[in-house]
Amino acid sequence: MPPTTPRPSPRATPAAGTGDALESTTRAFDANTRRALADTNLQDALARLSHGFPARRRDAVARMPEFEQLRDAARDIKVHVLENLDAYLERFEARVKDNGGQVHWARDAAEARDLILGICRDVGARTVTKSKSMIGEEIAINEHLENNGVEPVETDLGEYIIQLRHEPPSHLIAPAIHLSKTQVAETFRKVHEQFPAERSLEEPRVLLDEARSVLRSRYFEADVGLTGANMLVAETGSVVVVTNEGNADLTQSLPRVHVVIASIEKVVPTLEDATAILRVLARSATGQEMSVYTTFSSGPRRPGDLDGPDAYHVIILDNGRSKMLGGDFHEMLRCIRCGACLNHCPVYKSIGGHAYGWVYSGPMGAVLTPNLIGLEDTGKLPNASTLCGKCEEICPMRIPLPKMLRHWREQQFATRQTPATSRAGMKLWAFLARRPALYRLATGTAMAVLGMLGRRRGRFRTLPMVGGWTAARDLPAPQGPTFSSLWKQRNGGTS
Amino acid sequence: MPEQPVTVGLFVTCLVDLMRPAVGFAAVKLLTDAGCTVSVPAGQTCCGQPAYNSGDSADAGAIARQVIAAFEGVDCVVAPSGSCAGMIKHHYPLLFADDPAMAARAEALAGRTHELTSFLRDVLEVSDIDVEFSAKATYHDGCSGLREMGVKEQPRALLAGVRGLTLEEGAEAETCCGFGGLFCVKYPEISGHIVDAKVDDVMATGADVLLGGDLGCLLNIAGRLKRRGSAIAVRHVAEVLADATNDAPPIAEGNAGGGDG
Repeated sequence: MPPTTPRPSPRATPAAGTGDALESTTRAFDANTRRALADTNLQDALARLSHGFPARRRDAVARMPEFEQLRDAARDIKVHVLENLDAYLERFEARVKDNGGQVHWARDAAEARDLILGICRDVGARTVTKSKSMIGEEIAINEHLENNGVEPVETDLGEYIIQLRHEPPSHLIAPAIHLSKTQVAETFRKVHEQFPAERSLEEPRVLLDEARSVLRSRYFEADVGLTGANMLVAETGSVVVVTNEGNADLTQSLPRVHVVIASIEKVVPTLEDATAILRVLARSATGQEMSVYTTFSSGPRRPGDLDGPDAYHVIILDNGRSKMLGGDFHEMLRCIRCGACLNHCPVYKSIGGHAYGWVYSGPMGAVLTPNLIGLEDTGKLPNASTLCGKCEEICPMRIPLPKMLRHWREQQFATRQTPATSRAGMKLWAFLARRPALYRLATGTAMAVLGMLGRRRGRFRTLPMVGGWTAARDLPAPQGPTFSSLWKQRNGGTS
Repeated sequence: MPEQPVTVGLFVTCLVDLMRPAVGFAAVKLLTDAGCTVSVPAGQTCCGQPAYNSGDSADAGAIARQVIAAFEGVDCVVAPSGSCAGMIKHHYPLLFADDPAMAARAEALAGRTHELTSFLRDVLEVSDIDVEFSAKATYHDGCSGLREMGVKEQPRALLAGVRGLTLEEGAEAETCCGFGGLFCVKYPEISGHIVDAKVDDVMATGADVLLGGDLGCLLNIAGRLKRRGSAIAVRHVAEVLADATNDAPPIAEGNAGGGDG
């Protein structure tokens, strides 16, 4: 059914008739990058992020000497879960049913969307409140609901802002991190027509209060509350959601129906395991010891409960993840979406999240996205990394992200997806590097010439064929003679 | 220090070989002064990291075989680069997952491979660097050296013995400079942005010399410093430690003038 309303949104959108294929701009990574680097609002925002989150994480870690052991423990929990994923998911399902809830399995995004829409239709829902969910972004649920006459209302402040602006999130935990407060004020002035046009919107607190006053009534109007899940606890059938705004609590306890959408790898065995992971989650994400709200829900309202939904559904989504089990990207399934790898990544901090072109960004996105929507459209992402290793250094789950970025590059090279010129250049260089005598002849001559040309200034502003280098920096000139030639001279031709 | 002279095979690294032999000779001097017998095996060209990081594991493996064969006769392999040493130490063994005999040789080589400053400090326990170099310096921690080879305190401890040198740490000393091997030419805009931030941090220290242990980073940072008109001199740490700063002008500076600081 074609949508009847225009969709100016650049959000990932379900492509008609293609199941879980989602539109992305990952192919336009280079253009996205240039736009991001030229966007001064974005650059200001990224500078704030760069100085905020990493420092707060560092302080939180410094306050907790056993943090490294906690990381090991948290990682070990996930390692164990992934080896026994089927068993824990089935246990979780059984417990949710025991608690009076329902569990639905979705193989892909399209199935998950249909399940959610079906639940909404069953109760005649007109509006759905949502707490922030990356899986919601991944399956592009908002567009699907809108296109089918159900209005989704984001309740996380950042997510609410980007919903108003028809933008995708640019960060796992801070979806509107790319915006300045001036931009937010402009958006509110435009959309919140119920308030006086000339009101002051200078202070962040005022913006927050305005959003809160708008959202308050929406909570009560909503027929369905849709949340994500930070964890699914197998032993109790509980869903854990963390927020700093309390919006998930209102989203899941006020409407008649609570729907949870979560991917398969979110399950953990016990409540104790959940708390172990919570201890590294907020510290890694924001430098908080705990998020402000940590909410456990375990089914619909029981007789005698003061509040809670009448119906409780958990949709468990695969969407490509089970294919990652046991393969080169298995360890990526340990990810708890804290965003630390984004906050510490020199590339993310340069270009922000939107440039990556799909839901997930930064190092985790560059590894995960090709798994979920295919390498062909996303080939730029795993290459856009210096492999500096900072992400692996700080990842609470110790995911070897650089190794997995390299796996993608290997796959590209093996399947000839590497650009032909890069491939040919690499082959020529490797041909020489494997022939030391020829290599020395070729490089010795080249360096002698460059050394001569660059002797006076010691550097080149431009030089043919190295435009990539000299666009941003001078090329230091070589000294001239190579080490190997000088060493040979000094040592009379022997090594 | 061990009783017998340690035989060291210097892994020169392709960048030092081609761009800045002074670093190689400084490394030879430091190792020789510390009592090692240094050779430079002729079979070496590059560690193969450009191929490895481009996904070309066949060529990376072929180059690794060449390096493994070239260095089998020495006690230790030492490279004036944390990146190349990290490639040999941590990545060579992974290249031969399907070839146990080669994997064993790669493991053996990995176990004998060191980055220069950490070899001097941790293995040879050098503590008597006796040179003079008057400068206010700052240090850039190359990513692979820092994260794969544990190089952090060693160059600083060695520099502490240099008379006239003070070290002013940059707040972002451990942040990547944006070089990333071929990354810098494949993604020049992003790389340029990252190195600009690095240069801001270097300049904010007020240092007149930037030192580091990896020539790739130093070429990148020096190139950006000079593009921005900075007078900050850039050198490999080995040049200072070996008292070899007269052997070559600072990186990206010519014979036309300027010197250190």
